[in-house]
Amino acid sequence: MPESGSAVASSPFISVTGVSVIRNDQRLLDNVSVDLGDSEFSVIMGSNGAGKSLLMRVIHGLVAPDSGRVEVAGSVNPSGVTTRLHQAMVFQKPVLLRRSVAANVDHVIDSKLKDRRLQRDSVLDEVGLLSLAKRPARLLSGGEQQRLALARALALKPSVLLLDEPTASLDPASSQLIERIVQKVHDAGCKVIFVTHDIGQARRLADDVIFMHKGQVVEHRPAGQFFDSPASDPAAAYLRGELYV
Amino acid sequence: MQESESALFLAFQLVMAGDADLLEIVGLSLRVSVTAVLLSCAIGLPVGALVASQRFRGRSLVILLMNALMGLPPVVIGLLVYLQLSASGPFGWLQWLYTPTAMILAQTLLVAPIVAALSRQVLEDLHDEYSEYFDSLCLSAWSRVSTLLVDARYSLLTVSLAGFGRAIAEVGAVMIVGGNINHYTRVMTTSIALETSKGDLPMALGLGIVLLMIALIVNALVMTLRSSAERFAYA
Ligand SMILES: Nc1ncnc2c1ncn2[C@@H]1O[C@H](COP(=O)(O)OP(=O)(O)OP(=O)(O)O)[C@@H](O)[C@H]1O
Ligand SMILES: [Mg+2]
Repeated sequence: MPESGSAVASSPFISVTGVSVIRNDQRLLDNVSVDLGDSEFSVIMGSNGAGKSLLMRVIHGLVAPDSGRVEVAGSVNPSGVTTRLHQAMVFQKPVLLRRSVAANVDHVIDSKLKDRRLQRDSVLDEVGLLSLAKRPARLLSGGEQQRLALARALALKPSVLLLDEPTASLDPASSQLIERIVQKVHDAGCKVIFVTHDIGQARRLADDVIFMHKGQVVEHRPAGQFFDSPASDPAAAYLRGELYV
Repeated sequence: MQESESALFLAFQLVMAGDADLLEIVGLSLRVSVTAVLLSCAIGLPVGALVASQRFRGRSLVILLMNALMGLPPVVIGLLVYLQLSASGPFGWLQWLYTPTAMILAQTLLVAPIVAALSRQVLEDLHDEYSEYFDSLCLSAWSRVSTLLVDARYSLLTVSLAGFGRAIAEVGAVMIVGGNINHYTRVMTTSIALETSKGDLPMALGLGIVLLMIALIVNALVMTLRSSAERFAYA
């Protein structure tokens, strides 16, 4: 496993150690170890089915690993509840309540905080959905749904933001908007973990890149090094746009 | 044939003229069944939502029981309530037997399991969809239940109206615990049974017509609500 963990400049903030997730005799995550700093913009890449979403779920505490452990800010947290309280995750497939756009944001705010009108309108404005606030959320277009999911995550004011392909179904302008928002949140001191298949986007955003292949982290390096000279065959093939088997 | 045709004619006359006896009976029927359904929802919806959203030991057994209770015949429930409320029963001192209160109680026992079991099914599907979102927010059991109840509101309305249909149409339970006392505990179904046996077909048919109309109106209401819910993708 080449240079795993060497990409962390600051002290490890999220530390995944020897994590395996096994379902039906398949090692969906296979002895994954990765240390993430508290300030870098970390991007996870890898082909379909590599285990990116699963690793995000493990970090978020939604899936308990069958072996290994996840430490966040120095404390091991098997149930994941207290880590989750400071994290917000935008799922690859957004789960939207059967309510209006505004009520969807209110729901997450109600779970945490008060004076919601102010917060709600500001996050909706940020993702460009304020004019659609009264619309039923499930009638939004795919890209608008993604933006609403992001708005809900922002409303939580997390210290860690997990984004699973948040721009996958967005037009270029919306993609850029999301990138700007996420970068702003990151600049304000939020740890961001971002899954994407868009190489250009990863180049623009990433401080460090975690590359996954078949349930393993095969590479974790600073973005510049990763894109210039990927050390592993699967990563090199992925960047060339080839299928690696 | 002749007889039943003229009975039908007289029945319509009764309904159209708003016959006082008929209105009294219809009014009591509605009061008893609507109250019973409201109570059943107050009990059954939270129970259904809790079972749908929580994982605990013995959960499958609880679901099995709920589904089994759904099929209890009204006469059996009537009998059980009768045994509790009769003068020699443990709750005889309440003196509820042969009162509308006893009828509400019996119908609540009849409908609450239906509401609980049906809402559990509806809410479990919704919970499957929402559970990662709930987990991500670390929502409490209460928040989960209330979110599910709000978001499934249109389906739950259908569930409660199914319960109402069952309550308003049943005859066994109200007959046993209400006693079909004129001007006091006589409802549509018990009255139809009585008038038919007495041979007063116009009254029986008139009540039958009202029952049919209620069923029609309720179903039309459900359809309208559902289609508007679907338009907003809230269903
Ligand atoms: N609960 C589960 N039960 C069984 N298999 C699962 C489960 N969750 C994920 N998997 C499998 O684990 C593998 C990794 O899934 P994951 O969703 O993490 O992929 P991914 O890297 O996010 O891919 P994509 O780029 O398509 O989103 C897949 O082969 C998937 O089928
Ligand atoms: Mg994925």
